[in-house]
Amino acid sequence: MSTPSNAISESVQAQSVAPAVFPATRAFYWSVRRELWENRSIYIAPLAVAAVALFAFSMSAIAGIWEKALRLDVTHASDVVTQPYDMAAGLLMLTGIIVSVFYCLDALHSERRDRSILFWKSLPVSDVTTVLAKVSIPLVVLPLLLYAIIVAMQGIMLLLSSFILWGTGQSVAELWAKLSFFRMSMLTIYHIFTAHALWPLPIYCWLLLVSGWARRATFLWAVLPLVAIGGVELIVFRTWHFAGLVGSRLIGAAPAFDSPDNMFPSGPMTHIAAGTFLGSAGLWGGLVVSAVFLVAAVRLRRYQAPI
Amino acid sequence: MACIEARGLRKSFGSTIALDGVDLRVEEGRILGIIGPNGAGKTTALNAMLGLTAYQGELRVLGRDPGSERDQLMRDVCFISDVAVLPRWARVSQLLDYVAGVHPRFDRAKAEAFLGKTSIRLRSKVRELSKGMVTQLHLALVMAIDARLLVLDEPTLGLDILFRKQFYDSLLNDYFDRSRTIVVTTHQVEEIEHVLTDLMFMNRGRIVFQSRMDDFESRYVEVMVHPEKAAAARALKPVHERQVFGGSILLFDGVDREQLAALGEVRTPSIADLFVAVLGQQSEQAQGASR
Repeated sequence: MSTPSNAISESVQAQSVAPAVFPATRAFYWSVRRELWENRSIYIAPLAVAAVALFAFSMSAIAGIWEKALRLDVTHASDVVTQPYDMAAGLLMLTGIIVSVFYCLDALHSERRDRSILFWKSLPVSDVTTVLAKVSIPLVVLPLLLYAIIVAMQGIMLLLSSFILWGTGQSVAELWAKLSFFRMSMLTIYHIFTAHALWPLPIYCWLLLVSGWARRATFLWAVLPLVAIGGVELIVFRTWHFAGLVGSRLIGAAPAFDSPDNMFPSGPMTHIAAGTFLGSAGLWGGLVVSAVFLVAAVRLRRYQAPI
Repeated sequence: MACIEARGLRKSFGSTIALDGVDLRVEEGRILGIIGPNGAGKTTALNAMLGLTAYQGELRVLGRDPGSERDQLMRDVCFISDVAVLPRWARVSQLLDYVAGVHPRFDRAKAEAFLGKTSIRLRSKVRELSKGMVTQLHLALVMAIDARLLVLDEPTLGLDILFRKQFYDSLLNDYFDRSRTIVVTTHQVEEIEHVLTDLMFMNRGRIVFQSRMDDFESRYVEVMVHPEKAAAARALKPVHERQVFGGSILLFDGVDREQLAALGEVRTPSIADLFVAVLGQQSEQAQGASR
């Protein structure tokens, strides 16, 4: 055991070696890492779905060889050629929605359920940092991940098609002309961040809030109030506005494209309407509601105990 | 500067009063043991100090308000609240990475050296470890943090005696250095008895007794009295009396040791004995007041 004077000089040395305060971004970064360690479904689920989609596509393409490459016939209209790409991307976006919903429902609940909140709170990480790290999963991390996986998947699909076309003596150039890969990838990232991150954010923040508040049955607590509001509206006014509102948020029916028929990244007719989207009251209203839910979630976590 | 300073600390859960006006001052460099029956308010008091629960009254820990400044406070405070709170899905190496990532005062090499003395491997997941190993791991993480205050709330509950002994030995030998303060609650009083510098009893949300251990040892004397001298001993107003095989044991507060030596075998009481005596007095007083 050292004497007090030794101890003081030791601690002074320790402080001079290590900074007493880390930048806030560092705690945020490690909190996001922690989420990915705990919830591996965030990347495993989309990867698995992409693998299945790739498998199905190769089956279809190989089967198409015997059908005189019917399915890869580049003389078809563009939308027929691009259809598998949209379907595969759509499948991954749907996976993203499901993963986000289940992640958010559990995010602030699991740490209370397994009592580990007592460990996390013993470290110099604020409740704001923790909650922001959690909301960054459906808002930033998962969209980026989905984007990377979709581009990689579509790249492999395109190479595979090209290879088969080349092998069966058809024009590879025509396929590449009808399917502008770069344009498609740019539209994909726009689509993901507008329709599947910013637009449904109030839903995800609501789920986060419920996961931090409910002691059990987070799914019921999250859904029942929505059903109740929709039910009251239906009985009193005989309308479906609230249900429609929640549903359109969840599936990502954002006003991010100039026409609801042309919102697929591969569609040559798709034109983004970033101005309309950024100027829409729906976006900003949603962000305000999200912020309210997040502030409530942070305040709730401050004195939240294990369950 | 006082490490912990509380005045009029109150907290109730519905109609249950957990803290009923606690005044407390813990100086730096002390090892304080808080002893009390279940539901005495020990955990609530500690949780208030750590910013884990809301409270009424004044409370400063290392000069900060734990309620609103928990994250800054945790740069200088460490705590183990209950056993097995480490996330079961995590790998040991991930926990080291995380704490090293967020804690500026964490010495990873120190933690790994401590773990090297155990059978815990860095690749293991927490769920694969035994309860005792999880506690060792938690202690390794906490001891590698250069904190000024360490709070331990029943850190060894449910562990076998070997782990418990190791736990307090490591704490004293490898961690405590007189510039740090430790506050600990436990039911296994006899195991921390020799570790403490200060002692505090809580009951029903109040502090019912506090003393420095040096004072405690000089002030309280326990005498094993022969039956024929029992009346003479009782005249000296013992604070507590209990019957054992072949006589009675009387506990005295501030009575001359030599005077007592004439009555029987004299020794320093254990904390557990004093605890029973103090709480016994309390319930007698409570009954007297209600009559």
